[in-house]
Amino acid sequence: MNRLGVHALTRRFGGLVANDSISFDVPVEGISAVIGPNGAGKTTLFSMISGFLEPSEGRVVFEGEDVTGVAPERIAARGLVRTFQLAQLFQNLTVLENVKVGRHIRTKAGLWAALARPAWARREEAETERRARELIAFVGLGDQADARAAALPYGQQRLLEIARALAAEPKLLLLDEPAAGLNHDETERLSGIIRRIAAQGTTVLLIEHDMKLVMNTADRIVVLNFGRKIAEGTPTEVQGNPQVIEAYLGGVETPHV
Amino acid sequence: MPTLPTTISTNAGLLLRYLPAVLAVGLIAYAIVAGGHFVTLAGFALIYAVFVTGLNIFMGYAGQASFGQNAFAAIGGYASAVLTATYGWPPIPALIVGAAGAALCAVVIGYPTLRLRGHYLAMATLAIGLIVYEVTVQWQSVTQGYMGISGIPPLGIGSWEVTSDRAQLIMLSIVVTLCMASAWLIRNSRFGRAIVALSGSEDAARALGVDVARYKLAAFVVSAVYASLAGSLFVHIVGFVSPEVFGMHMVILGFTMLYVGGIGTITGPLVGAIVINLLPETFRGLKDYQDLVYGAALILLLIYAPGGLASLGNALKRRPSTPIPATAPKGARP
Ligand SMILES: Nc1ncnc2c1ncn2[C@@H]1O[C@H](COP(=O)(O)OP(=O)(O)O)[C@@H](O)[C@H]1O
Ligand SMILES: [Mg+2]
Repeated sequence: MNRLGVHALTRRFGGLVANDSISFDVPVEGISAVIGPNGAGKTTLFSMISGFLEPSEGRVVFEGEDVTGVAPERIAARGLVRTFQLAQLFQNLTVLENVKVGRHIRTKAGLWAALARPAWARREEAETERRARELIAFVGLGDQADARAAALPYGQQRLLEIARALAAEPKLLLLDEPAAGLNHDETERLSGIIRRIAAQGTTVLLIEHDMKLVMNTADRIVVLNFGRKIAEGTPTEVQGNPQVIEAYLGGVETPHV
Repeated sequence: MPTLPTTISTNAGLLLRYLPAVLAVGLIAYAIVAGGHFVTLAGFALIYAVFVTGLNIFMGYAGQASFGQNAFAAIGGYASAVLTATYGWPPIPALIVGAAGAALCAVVIGYPTLRLRGHYLAMATLAIGLIVYEVTVQWQSVTQGYMGISGIPPLGIGSWEVTSDRAQLIMLSIVVTLCMASAWLIRNSRFGRAIVALSGSEDAARALGVDVARYKLAAFVVSAVYASLAGSLFVHIVGFVSPEVFGMHMVILGFTMLYVGGIGTITGPLVGAIVINLLPETFRGLKDYQDLVYGAALILLLIYAPGGLASLGNALKRRPSTPIPATAPKGARP
């Protein structure tokens, strides 16, 4: 079974067709990527998949169920979690607390539990704390747990965003340009992190501009240009595709490895 | 980097961090011992601390704006006044009915408006403040209009009543302590993190499964309950209520206290409530210049301590000349 099925998704903004009948499947195993020049429609596609944007036409099927038009928080609760192209941190929370919010859908303590602190809620909170610390260490921010999230340099903010998304134990993780703003070392580390996430059973679908990262990490690639899918395949197949070369040479970017 | 300056500024920061709160508690203790005019002022300060603690949950934590918190104080205050003075109810059940009424009212206004982005809620809350005021003026058979309701009994349980000034102040201190403790419990929980999260990024919160509309509404209802409690306390302490008691000035005072004390902090509401209540007293000797100096002091405070008095310690720590420690001290948040 596929983790995700995108069926003829179309999105128009006025006269602009940002996504034009895009279809592809994301299998459970491995890392998939969506690439394409700036403005190709990648973020629009992610926003429709994650419920933030209503499609003009088409369907999104997650884990065999139609989730088209379902609210983002409900889609998240089903195990589909996205990150944003520009890091969206919870500025007034610490690094640790940011990741704890990631546990939201896996926990249930409400207002009464906050005030009365029954034993089950204390256990739940302790577990949340333990998991959050684990994940902060996993992305290499272990010594920053109590820093304010807003105080982190941008590269680390992006890693924090990934740790936070992982805390939700998603079945499918959508990463929108996770390497944007990272330096060379950080990108290397990110690549390793993404592989380990996939190895632990989470399906990863990422948008990436950094070609090296995509070619090194992705198992399958979908290429968009001007809102249309122009190619799909393994990194090697896609790199040799004349249409893809044309799209990148025609634009500013080159798919050099 | 030399370690010495860091240590010094951290210690100074710690001292500054707790100084406002310690001074606040000291002033209340002094009022209890000294008695007299000071007691009344301290009492009002503590009632406002309850009101602002609620405002802080909605504005400081959830990052939303409400200009109608006085409406909830009025609902609580009038419920307590009418039920005890007119119908002879004991104070505690009357207070609970008032809080339930305020919560219900918050749901009715908040449910439709909190789903919308932008300033709809702010406008709706402004409206509810005015509407409740009008109701207290016009619904004469119950509220006695501008005349107000007098003869409201002091708070108490059964035959035991809190009557003396000092006993009232001690009771208020206990209530404020409980309010601050509950605010701390809320802030440091899954619920509290979710509302602080949505103030940072609604999209990111939703992407992680937080039902943003629901949590905003919950924060609004919680803040309304604190406001209602403050209203009830007020009428029992003063023994009288009229529409002016819960006018728009309450909102303006509340905002000022919140920003001066420190928005988003636990002790900020108490510190702000005390400073704003006592500051004009301090300048009383200046007679004609009192308002001028008071206003200037507020502006200076907001310029030099934008995070409020309760976060002075953090402000110092964030100075660019001070290296940011790899591990910030616990509670290093605004
Ligand atoms: N909310 C919107 N309103 C109008 N146009 C939009 C909106 N979002 C995206 N677009 C347009 O849709 C196209 C695709 O954008 P986007 O999906 O962000 O591309 P990418 O992520 O591939 O760079 C762009 O031309 C962009 O200007
Ligand atoms: Mg994009």
